[in-house]
Amino acid sequence: MMTKKPFWGFGNPHLEHTPLPAGLERPELVPLPQTMTLIHRRPAQDKAVPVLKLGDAVQTGQKLSLYGNADYVTSPATGKIAALSTAPGSFGRSETAVAIAADPQDIFDGEFDSTCRTPSLELARMFLSSVPGQPDLGRLADPERPIKTIVVSCVDEDILVVTRQYVLAARLADIQRGIQVLKQLTGIEDVVILTRREALQGHGSIGGRVMGVDHRYPAALPGLVMARVFGQIVPAGRTSEDKGFCFLSAEAVASIGTAFSTGRVPVVKTMTVVSKDGRIRLAEARIGTPVGDVLKRFGVPVAEGDRIVIGGPMRGTAVFSLDHPVQPSTDALLVLESAAAAHASDYPCINCGECVRVCPARMQINLLVRYLEGGKYEDAEESYDLHSCVECGLCSYVCVSKIPILQYIMLAKHELARMRSTETSNNG
Amino acid sequence: MVDKTKLVVSFAPFWHNGNRVTDRSLQIILAALPAALFGVYRFGFSALSVLALAVSSAVLWELAFTRVAKRPVSVGDGTAAVIGLLFGMMLPANLPWWAVITGTFLAIVVARQIYGGIGANPFNPAAVAVAILMLAWKNRMDFDTALVNYVFDFSAAFPLAAAKALGANAVKDLSLADLFWGRQAGGIGTICGAGLLAGGVYLVLRGIIRWEIPVSFLLGVAATAAIFHAADPVRFAPPAFHILTGFTLFGAFFLATEDSSSPVNFIPMLIYGAVIGSIAVLIRNIGVFAEGLVFAVMVGNLIQPLLDKIRPKALGKVA
Repeated sequence: MMTKKPFWGFGNPHLEHTPLPAGLERPELVPLPQTMTLIHRRPAQDKAVPVLKLGDAVQTGQKLSLYGNADYVTSPATGKIAALSTAPGSFGRSETAVAIAADPQDIFDGEFDSTCRTPSLELARMFLSSVPGQPDLGRLADPERPIKTIVVSCVDEDILVVTRQYVLAARLADIQRGIQVLKQLTGIEDVVILTRREALQGHGSIGGRVMGVDHRYPAALPGLVMARVFGQIVPAGRTSEDKGFCFLSAEAVASIGTAFSTGRVPVVKTMTVVSKDGRIRLAEARIGTPVGDVLKRFGVPVAEGDRIVIGGPMRGTAVFSLDHPVQPSTDALLVLESAAAAHASDYPCINCGECVRVCPARMQINLLVRYLEGGKYEDAEESYDLHSCVECGLCSYVCVSKIPILQYIMLAKHELARMRSTETSNNG
Repeated sequence: MVDKTKLVVSFAPFWHNGNRVTDRSLQIILAALPAALFGVYRFGFSALSVLALAVSSAVLWELAFTRVAKRPVSVGDGTAAVIGLLFGMMLPANLPWWAVITGTFLAIVVARQIYGGIGANPFNPAAVAVAILMLAWKNRMDFDTALVNYVFDFSAAFPLAAAKALGANAVKDLSLADLFWGRQAGGIGTICGAGLLAGGVYLVLRGIIRWEIPVSFLLGVAATAAIFHAADPVRFAPPAFHILTGFTLFGAFFLATEDSSSPVNFIPMLIYGAVIGSIAVLIRNIGVFAEGLVFAVMVGNLIQPLLDKIRPKALGKVA
């Protein structure tokens, strides 16, 4: 499954975004588990007290705002709150795990249904921010960064992942409805449907211009789509929103469409499941379902020392427990045997330049990595284009010394952001 | 119920294309072997002993230094062996053992480890060692003096020395095919153009060295030699002679391409190769040394950090 350098390795590696396999079976529905877990962002202050208590009853689709602020999660089932605990997130972020003991019978929460007859963007933000596909709806209403174009991304950003392509193929009517709703809510008329090049035909009727993306990884990443498809150069460190483009995944748009046509907040996530032998299958599971349950549904064996990756092989995140829940953004689950996974080393850079030649952002990674290894993040940012990185991982993929370059870059970005926010709060 | 299966967490990407430092070293050694073995065939057992001593002493210096400096032991990556082999290939076949060992000390300890080891050496270690030996033991490193007791069925004069002393006429009878197939005097592993070219092309196709450097290097040699030859055909030998003699092909494929001391961007690689190639011919034609290619390589190494400033604009870079 892992693509190796060919014997005659002249030129750059040729990795391709995986197309939707022909004859792929319909998604397997993962049964409702007894306990589900939601990951809720904690507010910055340490001693935040949750509003909800153990034993509180919740209904399917109910909005749970644990700390009473704008952040919330959506209950994927009907039941009771069984546990609240602190969960470690990436880069030391602190999150709250909300465990729900689920009843087999669903009672749908009526709050959204009762208000969705008069749709508004504010309403969508209040109820639909953690639907499958996780649309960041706040970006559509930022007065400082007005959006001109909504990009419905029907291409998967990582290799082996086919979730968005499947959603495009299977839920065209929902996407169409979603686009209609978004246009109505935001007043934005320009909608682009981003597909693989060969899938350009047949989607013109759903309410947007159709534009094709190259197959070669990492062409589907937003930063590169902006440059290569739209001809817009996003300044380093900025986002596509600064240029007036807002990317939403096909599933997020379909979820919005479903929500407004049924009056129920969607809670079932579609996922690509890739087993150790590289076989690609699809699953549908409630958000909050342990990934172990999803794998069990397919009979994928998991042994000690394996890696379970949320997302694809180039950009995914490994989790440490089979209890880790499916989240609104979980597009794929990948199981890797230890021998099949890349191992990093602490060997120094030999300056072979492979990373420089493979980098789609044309960064001088051979020099950058020397600064990152020494923790000189500000120099890395100023002189070596740290913020140009689109986080595709190709540099680590080709690194002869197996330096975890992408991880260094992510860490540097995180540390710089943390420094900046500390400075701001100190000055404020 | 909490599942107790212990998973391993690591960071993205979870794939790797399988590149390894050790593999690169082995491939470079493999690519250098045809030319090196030809040298053993040509010069006999003494050439074999020089090569063997160069490789083994280079590895031992590396091991000794990493032990003393309490650095991780790195001989397993094969780069010390590569440096030893490449250094040995440039030597006269009968260089005394103490000079070989001094040379590998200079290459491994002075030119590489004290700068920080692999990836940190500013100059090509093998070139540095040969350059210092050329200055320190001029006669031992002079091919005409060193190889005086050898009997060949071709002219035993080092072609570049002959051309330098007597002009282009002295070498005009040398057949280019003879030079290409190794019927010439010179360093152990640098005389067989056919073997060096085969090894170099192999490394390019395997993606271990970059084609831009050897190609621009050879073009630099050819262009500079052509200008000299056009200006004074009696005094200066033609380009083909320069390409097939001395260290030219060896330098193009095995010295200038050393990772740590060569640039990585496209235009800098072209400039770097061309600069080395033309300075090599300048030294041969109007400099002190009959073959000063190692100095040309070091000049290239010297300007490499500056050259790599010529770089494409990163995605989203403003101004």
